[in-house]
Amino acid sequence: MKNKNRVVMDAEAIDRSLTRVAYEILEKNKGLDDLVLIGIRTGGICLANRLQRKIAAMEGIKVPLGILDVTLYRDDLLRTNKKPRIGKTDITFSLDNRKVVLVDDVLFTGRTIRAAMDALIDFGRPRLIQLAVLIDRGHRELPIRADFVGKNLPSSLWEDVSVNLTEKDGVDEVVIEMDSEE
Amino acid sequence: MNWLIKGARVVDPSQHIDGQMDILIEEGKIVKLGRNLSPSRKKGMDSMELAGLVVTPGLVDMHTHLREPGFEYKETIQTGSEAACAGGFTSIACMPNTNPVNDTRSVTEFILRKAAETNLVNIYPIAAITMRSEGKSLAEFWDLKEAGAIALSDDGKPVMDSGVMRRALEYANSLGLPIISHCEDTCLSSSGVMNEGFPSTELGLPGIPGIAEDIMVARDLLLAEYTRSSIHIAHVSTAGSVRLIRDAKNRGIKVTAETAPHYFTLTDDDLRTYNVNTKVYPPLRGKADVEAIKEGLRDGTIDAIASDHAPHALTDKEVEFEYAASGMIGLETSLALGLRLVSAGVLTLNQLIGKMSTYPAGILGIPGGSLRPGAPADLTIIDLQRSWTVSRDTVCSLSKNTPFLGWDLTGKAVLTMKGGAITYDELHI
Amino acid sequence: MILERKDILGIKELSRDEILLILDTADSFIEISTREIKKVPTLRGKTIINLFYEASTRTRTSFEIAGKRLSADTINISASTSSVVKGETLLDTARNLEAMNPDVIVIRHSAAGAPHMLAGMVKQSIINAGDGAHEHPTQALLDMMTIRTKKGHLENLNVAIVGDIAHSRVARSNIYGLKKMGAQVTVAGPATMIPRDIEQMGVTVHSSLDEAIKEVDVIMMLRIQIERQQQHIFPSLREYAQRFCLSKKNISLAKKDVLVMHPGPINRGVEISSDIADGPYSVILDQVTNGVAVRMALLYLLTGGKA
Repeated sequence: MKNKNRVVMDAEAIDRSLTRVAYEILEKNKGLDDLVLIGIRTGGICLANRLQRKIAAMEGIKVPLGILDVTLYRDDLLRTNKKPRIGKTDITFSLDNRKVVLVDDVLFTGRTIRAAMDALIDFGRPRLIQLAVLIDRGHRELPIRADFVGKNLPSSLWEDVSVNLTEKDGVDEVVIEMDSEE
Repeated sequence: MNWLIKGARVVDPSQHIDGQMDILIEEGKIVKLGRNLSPSRKKGMDSMELAGLVVTPGLVDMHTHLREPGFEYKETIQTGSEAACAGGFTSIACMPNTNPVNDTRSVTEFILRKAAETNLVNIYPIAAITMRSEGKSLAEFWDLKEAGAIALSDDGKPVMDSGVMRRALEYANSLGLPIISHCEDTCLSSSGVMNEGFPSTELGLPGIPGIAEDIMVARDLLLAEYTRSSIHIAHVSTAGSVRLIRDAKNRGIKVTAETAPHYFTLTDDDLRTYNVNTKVYPPLRGKADVEAIKEGLRDGTIDAIASDHAPHALTDKEVEFEYAASGMIGLETSLALGLRLVSAGVLTLNQLIGKMSTYPAGILGIPGGSLRPGAPADLTIIDLQRSWTVSRDTVCSLSKNTPFLGWDLTGKAVLTMKGGAITYDELHI
Repeated sequence: MILERKDILGIKELSRDEILLILDTADSFIEISTREIKKVPTLRGKTIINLFYEASTRTRTSFEIAGKRLSADTINISASTSSVVKGETLLDTARNLEAMNPDVIVIRHSAAGAPHMLAGMVKQSIINAGDGAHEHPTQALLDMMTIRTKKGHLENLNVAIVGDIAHSRVARSNIYGLKKMGAQVTVAGPATMIPRDIEQMGVTVHSSLDEAIKEVDVIMMLRIQIERQQQHIFPSLREYAQRFCLSKKNISLAKKDVLVMHPGPINRGVEISSDIADGPYSVILDQVTNGVAVRMALLYLLTGGKA
């Protein structure tokens, strides 16, 4: 399998994007009142943690953080034999009347976010839901858009976009892989 | 009715014959055996060239259930006879647990009448020991004998009351009627549905310990000894029973015994799939019991092999294992399973035929089991090399409840002749 | 992450990896029962039929809740309300159900082997909720999950199972499961309640409670099934309780952090004294909670596209 990797963001670029996103969240929401961060398993968790740290550095306040596993809400679960591993969902606070910022690494078809919203609404009634992603690679299949984007990355369907983060992959970089099987 | 059978290997335990020989049959009776016989000048003499095949006295099954009257949905005398012929049998004895039970002459006469109508196999009714086989009051042994019953049994149930069994042995013995005993201590077997052992522990099914049989065998042997009568033990299945019978014979007690092919072919491990066709009474036992049965056959402790052919319809069998009826058909697989003992060196062919023909006839006191000049021309022609598969479509019995479905077997009766008339023919004579 | 099986009929045929898969999946389902909205849409539109030929409130309720929390439609059929009373055979009932096209059939029956018979005849997945004295796989799975959650592992633990072993499907399934996962198992009960040759399952047999629970990590007390016994195989409940009841008098023979388990319902004062049942060693209620999670995990793993 021929495999052409292109690194489109390095560690510095990622960090700068996240810093900007953190400021944008504060600006759009006019502060941190009732704000919570929910990271979507697995890609969004580390990013949500980093955003929480950056916001704490800026405002001195640690925004509540939760982890959401959307596996059981996916629309493609029962179509195949393969059952994905279900991870832990950990939201220890109420979502009622909160401003939820969903955090994920890559926004693609939008189906994961659709599942995440269905899950959140089962947890309570947020005042509003916003979406922060590191990469928006286009090719939406549902009417979903991100409020905060680290980088817009037009891609082709034959490409695979991976966000590698030091906490789980040992390095910070965003990579495009040309997926060609020969 | 006139035949010259040439070129076959004749195996006749009653005359200690095992060799190539011709057989001359006239008017349904054996005239003589010899080498290079020529056909007599009788009108309508046909000859059969049977090189490569084996001819034996017609097989005799001393333990079958024909289900008529009363349970015709499982089997009838007609279908049971067809199954018998396909299995190579020319004589069968049928047990009395019909509905009504064969405890009066009218039922015996009914069976004989039906048998005459079908005229495929010699059918000998076994009548009940006690009325309705309830184990309480003796049936009219003499009247039943006059009607044509050749032995007595409450098969399906034991005679639990030792006092009643004692009287039965005394009275039957005085009339020369054999008593065939179904040995089961129902207090020990109560709700059991399979042999008690490790498989029953794993399967969580209530077990029937082997001693439920052994205890009654011991009792019956002692009763036979005390009353100075003879007794025949039906469907021996345990090592304990074999040992008791062996010791009894050594002591001079007049006991004969039979076992069924499934007791030397299958074990209680074969029930692990909950296959209802493996449910039978006595239950399939453990490996040690199977070895003891084979040894009992080999050393003569067990005199006969009898199928205990027990047809059950789908509605009786295809239910939860515990509720399924016990029993398997056997007329059509008996011979092939017996031949496995010959291939394994447990018995010679001569000994096998003895146990499937000569001795059963002798125990019941019926004609058959011999190709002596003057004997009726009841013969079985066997192809020892024939390979065949047991399948629903080829089973002649009305019911198909056999655990051997799908088995590839070697050896089959390819022609059956009763009184000189062919009753089953795969050779297309 | 595939359970390559149509049915869950027993623990005996499950591999260690399959058991781990089920336990790990069950762990993720615990959290759902703590939410405000205890429902996920995963099995929306799927039909689960609970076919119970034997009375059981707790297992049936557990399966019903499990199905409903996955948004499936669950239907309960109990022997007294079905045509079984009129004499319809199990097979005819099964074929009629199959024609209505459910996705999963959960069956509890007093005859061992009934689920196996059913599984061979219908295309739906069958879950055995207890067949006679044979197996009760979901109980063993929830028991193992409970032990693993409390102790962190199952390997090398000493587990004692006490009671009417001969008639207990809970005992059999747990023996298979615990042995596969590397635990040591001891069984104890009156001699008349120990089944033949059970040592061949790899367990140690004791005839007294005190011997059996010495230094064990887990004690599993079984229910004396009065309703299932037709014969009197032991003299009286009183004598049973005197010899085999787990109470303050004997609990100290086990390890200090012993877990006390019971599949329920409890006969207080017979198998287990009230203070032990309600005391700090008891994880009986955790078993119930984990039961829902295990059943959700099985329903999740068995439904869906088949290859």
